[in-house]
Formats: sequence, C-alpha cells, structure tokens
Amino acid sequence: MNEKTPMIEFQDVHKYYGDYHALRGISATIRAGEFFSLLGPSGCGKTTLLRTIAGFEDISSGAVLLDGKNMAGVPANVRPTNMVFQSYAIFPHLTVAENVGFGLRRDPRSSAEKGRAVEEALEMVGLKGYGARAAHALSGGQRQRVALARALILKPKVLLLDEPLSALDKKMREQMQVELIRLQRQVGITFVLVTHDQEEALVMSDRIAVMFEGEIAQLADPETLYRRPASRKVADFIGTMNFIPCTIISEAGDRVEIDAKGLGPVVLDIAQAPPTRGDAPVVGLRPETLTLLYDGQSASERETAGVVDEVIYFGDMTYYDVYLADTEVEVRLSMRNVPGRPVLDVDDKVRVAWSPSALVLFR
Amino acid sequence: MKAPGLRAYAIFYLLFLYAPILLLPIFAFNDAVVIAFPLEGFTTRWFVEMWEDPQLWNALQNSLIISTVVASIATLLGLFAARASTRYRFPAQTSILGLIMLPLVLPEIVVAMSLIVVLVAIGIPLSIFTIILGHVLITTPFAVTILSSAFQTLDRSLEEAAYDLGESAASTFRLIILPLVMPGIISSFLICFIISLDEYIIASFLGGTQPVLSTYIFGQFRFPAKVPAVLALGTILVLISIILLAFAEYMRRRGIAKAGGNTSGGAR
Repeated sequence: MNEKTPMIEFQDVHKYYGDYHALRGISATIRAGEFFSLLGPSGCGKTTLLRTIAGFEDISSGAVLLDGKNMAGVPANVRPTNMVFQSYAIFPHLTVAENVGFGLRRDPRSSAEKGRAVEEALEMVGLKGYGARAAHALSGGQRQRVALARALILKPKVLLLDEPLSALDKKMREQMQVELIRLQRQVGITFVLVTHDQEEALVMSDRIAVMFEGEIAQLADPETLYRRPASRKVADFIGTMNFIPCTIISEAGDRVEIDAKGLGPVVLDIAQAPPTRGDAPVVGLRPETLTLLYDGQSASERETAGVVDEVIYFGDMTYYDVYLADTEVEVRLSMRNVPGRPVLDVDDKVRVAWSPSALVLFR
Repeated sequence: MKAPGLRAYAIFYLLFLYAPILLLPIFAFNDAVVIAFPLEGFTTRWFVEMWEDPQLWNALQNSLIISTVVASIATLLGLFAARASTRYRFPAQTSILGLIMLPLVLPEIVVAMSLIVVLVAIGIPLSIFTIILGHVLITTPFAVTILSSAFQTLDRSLEEAAYDLGESAASTFRLIILPLVMPGIISSFLICFIISLDEYIIASFLGGTQPVLSTYIFGQFRFPAKVPAVLALGTILVLISIILLAFAEYMRRRGIAKAGGNTSGGAR
C-alpha cells in the first residue's frame, strides 16, 4: 500500500448534540499506514471525531470515507476498524485468551487455528503465556496490552485509540509510547490516537491534527507543529512558547519587518508569519532557541542584554526567566547544565543570544 | 470503650431486635402447649404436627407459586426499567422513575384497598392471580433499585467493545451484559421472592378464599393449641430467609466486585 493512499477522509463533517455544535466542518485526510493523532483540550471534539470513524457516533452532515467507501449507514460491528477504549473495556468475566479471541467468534477457522492466532496476538504485545489468567486480575498496563491484542487480532484497516495511556503512571506511559510506535511499524496498520497530552502526540505521531472547539486548528507533522505553529493558540498548546509584543514596520514581497519589544527591529521571512488572524501582533520564541552567553562567548546572529528574574533548577536543565533589555518583557529560556557552565543567580546581568529564523509572527 | 452507656444501648438494641426471634426455636422445641417459662422438655412433635397439616401444604403451595411468579415478573420489569434508566435519556425520566419507586413508601394498606376497589369494580375475581398483581406492584421498586446499581457499575464501553468486535446488539446483551448483571438478577429475584412470601396485608385483602403462608399463620394463631406448631413453621421460615438473603447479598457483592470494581484499570 502506498504511503500516500488516503485511508480515512473527513468531508465537511458536522455534529450537533441538540443545540451544541460539537464538530464544526472537519475536513481532513488520514493516510494509510500512518500514526495519526487528534490532539486538543477536553471538549474539543477529538473523541467525538474518533467515534465517528468507529461508527459509535452518527454525523449530522458531511461524510466519513474509510478506504474510499462512504461509511454512512454502516454500523460499528461491520466497519473495518477496531478500538482500544480509554477504560480498556476488558470483559471482566472472561479469561485473557477469551478476551483476545472475542472478535474471532464469527471466524470460520478451526478452534486450534484461532487458539494459535490468540497466542500470536498475546506474544506481539508481550503477554505470552497469560492466556489462562482471569482478565479482572490484571494490572493497568497488562489490561492495555490485552485491549491492544484484542483489537489487532482482527487485522483492522484502522486501529482507533481513545486516550489509551491516560490511566497509566508516567513511567509506564513512556514505556507504552515506545511500544505502541514499535507495534504500529510492525503491523503497518493505520493508527488514530486521541490524546490531550501534547508531548505524547509529538513523540508518537507521524502527523497531528490540533483541535479546538470542534475545528482543526492545524494539521501537520510534529516538527512543523512545534516550529511553525499556525496560530498563537496552537503555539500556546504545544510546548512552551514566549510571546513578545511587537509592531509591524513594513511588509513587502516575502519579507516582513517588525520591531519586537526588547529584541529590536527584525526582518522575517513570510513563511514565519502564518496567515492573518486579526490579533494584536506578537512574536513567539521557544525557550531552547534562546541561549545565555557566558564570558568570552559571542552571539552568531543577534544578542540582547537582560536581567535574571527567576532560576528554576531541574537537574539536567535550568530554566531562567529573563527581563529583556530594560523592559518588562520577560522570556523563559532553557540551558543544559553541562560541566563548566555555572547556574546563575537572580538579578545577574546576562546576554541572550537568539536567531531571527527561530521567530514566529502571530498577528 | 469510652462510653459504657453507648455499649449498653447497642447490646439492648440488638437484644430487642433478635431475642424474640431466638425465642421462636426455643418454644418450637418445648414440650408444652403454653408458651411460657420454665421450659418443659425437648420435643419435635410440633414439627410433626405442622408437617401433617394439609392446610399448611395448601397455603405453602399457593405461596410458592405466587412468590416465584412475582419474583420473576418483578425482576423482568426491573431489568427493563434499570436498563432504560441507566442507558437512555428520555423525557420526564426522573418523574417516571419516581412513580415506579412510589409503592416503596406508599402504605401497603392503601395499595391493598385501592386495588380491591378497582378489581371488584372491573369484576376480576379475587384469587392467587390478584395477589400476584399486588405483589408485583410492591416488589418492582426493590428489583429496580437492585438492578439499577448492577447496571450502573457496568462500564458502557464494555458494550461498545463487544459491538466493535463484530457482535450484534442481541449477542452483546447475551455474551457481555447478561453474565455481568446476573448476580444482580439473582439477588433481585431472591429479595422479591422473600418479600412476596411473607407479605400479609395484600395477600389477605386480595386473596379471596385462597390461603397463603402468611394468612394461614395468622389464622392458626387464633387457636392456642396450634401456636407451637406455628412456631415450628416460623423457625423453618427464619432459617430459609437467612440463607436466601445471605445468598442474595453474596451475589450482589460479587457482581459489583466483578463488573465495576476494576474494569477501568490504571493505578490501583
């Protein structure tokens, strides 16, 4: 299957619950074989959108196409999708093997063949030999694996994951993120993940749709989303970003000249200025694109003086809040704590190096 | 213990509650017609006398038919109501559920009187059937309560998961929902059964000439010579009630532990 083949197409999908407009004209394409994430705060419609793929949610208008076929009127139990639920929905009265093999009940194969399929599925998720255990006695991480095996055994065209890691503790979550990526590469099935955790989405996804209030605010690969957020809202939701007030001096061709408070006049490429939104103009800067200069160092591009306002020590990193050039504009920047680089104190005078190409203009 | 008064109060309370029931077997085995201390000696003849009374067997047969039918109907109705109230939203939901639960607090004598007026007016003869009608009315709220809690602890996504894995709505109900609420169904059945079995007012008002266990016992109490045999019967009924209720409670707890306790996974 070609990497660029569309697997799921949303065509102007609207969903109303009574008067509430939950999905407001979603149009997007999810490609075959990709790890796709729907990311957004709670109530943004991401789970609703996922459930329209599974067939648990009807749409009010528009169309959902799965592998080229319109899914209108196709019930959930015959769609070529399977889902991993937020609560895992492991059947508590069945064994692990009965849970995993549940979807094979209508499969015409012999029970010996089905048994082998269950064993393979369990092995794939690292639960070999767990088949005879009672499902209600498993730990959270094990339930998650059973839910995965149960969904993947049917070899669906699309695997839907509804906040699958939210119930796990941090260590377990990070481990499962890596395992999910590995599993997705191994089986080659299209994965659609719903999450409110931007870090999780960045780590796992090939592409991410950021949703706010029933609309897709931006659909891009993780790096684009992080480096070139399309709006201030997206920038604010993904990672940390400093916003510095600025005025637009001139705009000509593919160049925009601005005057950012504390940074001074800067010339930006038009690619750094996503389409107009009508807000008061600000420039965004990620903390790691700012660097403190120590004695004897000089900036390769631009340099601004500042005063340290706050020091937040994280062990491997230190975060500094710095006032820029005698203004009340404060930026947060992060420095790795490598040997020979002392941690600074509050009120220390510093020089901050930055690069115009790291700026994003929101206006 | 900090407050000896409270302890005495608790002991007195429990004595008041259970001592009379404990007296039941004591006098059932006492070799005297008069119910009084001192005890006269051990005998099992009251049990024999009770056993050989054909009226008792007639009443018992009626009671068992009534209780079984009542428990089945009430549990089935409770199943529908509990499913509807936990799974769907519909207009006037709370009012409708409130009305279903109302017989729980309505004086039984009022229910009995109004039913008898209506039944006589329609011209339905009083019989076992009319007792069943009355008992279904008063036991359904119990069934609804027990089954609602069984359905509430059922994770909605279990159903969706079965459906997602290719099952139909009917097979999902059979394979997933029914086994998981089965303890609730059993517990509801047993409790409705017991309530119907020892109910007196409705049975006496709507029973016509048909005796049931409770009206039979009340009738026997008028004859002092029959009292010890009734106590023997009472002893057996207490035993059966305790066993059934304990089993019902065991099933209910097992149901909650299995269906609700830990389906959501994660940090436990």
